[in-house]
Amino acid sequence: MKVRLLAFASAVAAIGSAEREWELASDLSVAELRQRLALDYPAIAPLLPRIAIAIDGALVHSSMVVRDGAEVALLPPVSGG
Amino acid sequence: MRARLVETDFDIPALLAAVADPACGAQALFLGTVRNRNDGREVLAIDYSAYRSMAENVLARIVTDLESGEPGLRMALEHRLGRITVGGASIAIVAASPRRDAALDAVRRALQRVKTEAPIWKHEIYADGSRSWREQEPLVPTAP
Repeated sequence: MKVRLLAFASAVAAIGSAEREWELASDLSVAELRQRLALDYPAIAPLLPRIAIAIDGALVHSSMVVRDGAEVALLPPVSGG
Repeated sequence: MRARLVETDFDIPALLAAVADPACGAQALFLGTVRNRNDGREVLAIDYSAYRSMAENVLARIVTDLESGEPGLRMALEHRLGRITVGGASIAIVAASPRRDAALDAVRRALQRVKTEAPIWKHEIYADGSRSWREQEPLVPTAP
């Protein structure tokens, strides 16, 4: 399956772009997706413990299953205001 | 829409007018501004960026939550994106309420929630030419 991978703040440099298509095995959990991220983009590995993941604009837990066509966003700790 | 991201200076009179109501005896306004030092470094400006669609939904939810929890409370909230130099305002929150305590409290609570829930980031630009992401509050999904 393919997902749209979005990166923000320090995650952009770690992934190499702010947005890209990403080919994945079907129906991965978010926990498995995190493992794939570290393999496919090693520079993101040290940041991952503090990165939250949103699927289609909503924060998700590690047990959530990612579907084909999803928008997967990597969200480092925030600093608005 | 009374919660949104903007690219230009805030229109403060328009924000206050958006919450004005004859039943309200108080209007509170908070402006967050870019300061010239952070962690001992001289700051020239901050580039603000966001996950736009999600951030706008979060800002709207904050306003809705606070308004629904306090009778008569009316709020507007805007956050700027892009480059803001020292002294410029990055966030504007206004609240009108029948009672002053409720208006002041709502502004404080809205700001705290923006800082911890909205996918918005500061990229600080320093006088020595360097830059740094400020990544302070990890986002946490709500309990399943």
